[in-house]
Amino acid sequence: MAKQTVVPFGPQHPVLPEPIHLDLVLEDETVVEAVPSIGYVHRGLEKLVEKKDFNEMVYVAERICGICSFMHGMGYCEAVEHIMHVDVPARAKYLRTLWCEMSRLHSHLLWLGLLADAFGFESLFMQSWRMREKILDMFEASTGGRVIFSVNRIGGVLKDIPPEMLRDFLKRFDDMGADLRRLTRTFLDDYSVNERLRDVGFLTKEQALSLGAVGPMLRASGVCYDVRKTGYAAYGDLEVEPVVSTIGDSYARCQVRIGELFQSLDLIRQVGEKMPTGPIAVPVKGNPEGEFFMRCEQPRGEAVYYVRANGTKNLDRMRVRTPTFANIPAMLQTLKGSQLADVPLLILTIDPCISCTER
Amino acid sequence: MTEQETMTAPGGLIEEIPVQDLLPRVIEKKIANWRLCQICAVTLQGLYELSYSFADGYEFHTLRLVIGSDEEVPSISQVYDCAFLYENEMRELFGVHIQHIAPDMQDKLYRIDTKTPFAEKRRG
Repeated sequence: MAKQTVVPFGPQHPVLPEPIHLDLVLEDETVVEAVPSIGYVHRGLEKLVEKKDFNEMVYVAERICGICSFMHGMGYCEAVEHIMHVDVPARAKYLRTLWCEMSRLHSHLLWLGLLADAFGFESLFMQSWRMREKILDMFEASTGGRVIFSVNRIGGVLKDIPPEMLRDFLKRFDDMGADLRRLTRTFLDDYSVNERLRDVGFLTKEQALSLGAVGPMLRASGVCYDVRKTGYAAYGDLEVEPVVSTIGDSYARCQVRIGELFQSLDLIRQVGEKMPTGPIAVPVKGNPEGEFFMRCEQPRGEAVYYVRANGTKNLDRMRVRTPTFANIPAMLQTLKGSQLADVPLLILTIDPCISCTER
Repeated sequence: MTEQETMTAPGGLIEEIPVQDLLPRVIEKKIANWRLCQICAVTLQGLYELSYSFADGYEFHTLRLVIGSDEEVPSISQVYDCAFLYENEMRELFGVHIQHIAPDMQDKLYRIDTKTPFAEKRRG
């Protein structure tokens, strides 16, 4: 047996935009075990329910993460709306769905850029982020923000999208489809990308289920599960089929996210076709009383929001299980048996969001 | 059933069980191929409320334990591999006494200065 060495990886590392630490136990250059540590930037946001009322908590929930901030706000709102039996107007649901899919697009493009950067394909990184910029411009035009949008409220949304702006967005997304096809051809067909991603970091279907993987990590291992199928927001009115691959390696995870980019464009087109007219919010009276587990499909996978209310303006408790936290055991599994040189890429293939994990 | 109820029905069922039933019920879930979605702890007036949520397809079911602050809970990490992360978190952030977690991170999962910051004793 080779001598074992422990190599500390992180919390600061060029491939990690945020701090997480792994103790990598190596035999020669092969990883035999990875031990994680988190908590370097834990903010205790869930604890703020003791100080902020249930309406203010929308803004706290949005600040869990800067990438899927909209979905965090929406997930929390839908949990409270369920407890209070609020009937959210249809137009608000469609607007939420549109912003959700825009969030998925910009998140997956961000990830593709980071992935390209990690294996040294700088022009691919720049092209991915150039496209992402267009989506951020649309976010800015429709919500006023590029990171934190603050358009969710209990009972609906705070801003509407005028018909001419929506038509303009749909045109821009149509154009983006052609750009995306060119960009993703490189990710899927290029020799150097294939060499880095194929046959690396396998996760079987059984492992993915047993290790509690979620999102593209789960679907790339052959599990057909996407929480959008439960029909929250306006997804119940739209045709959504999970993007699945049965290969289970890093390439499959890339392939699933690319498939989801096109799926998001299709969902946005459906939203544009079916967008109803009418109010964007309803007045909400009283305070919530009860508890609910709300699930929504974020770019990184299923997020779970637990809200417990006692009939006063302050909630008893709020807990958020974020997708990156759920994907850590699966990530540790993919690291076992891998080469040290592949570790940064394997960590990236779960699309880690430490900000979410350190909620 | 209204559209709102259809949307949220999968989040609905929460079942309170005694501590001694936890392992048998979790094994039942595993045998029936339910996926462990999350485990979370909350503190309420000197008690811990632990919620173990499982999904079978899009169906969602939560097993709920309500325990005293000194009461011990068996780990389910031998049944569901991924449970170790949630259980280590509950122990390090909330101070829940969970026995036989595998692997036991020995209070090193969270690199934080404050011991059990979300435990009831620190509130207020």
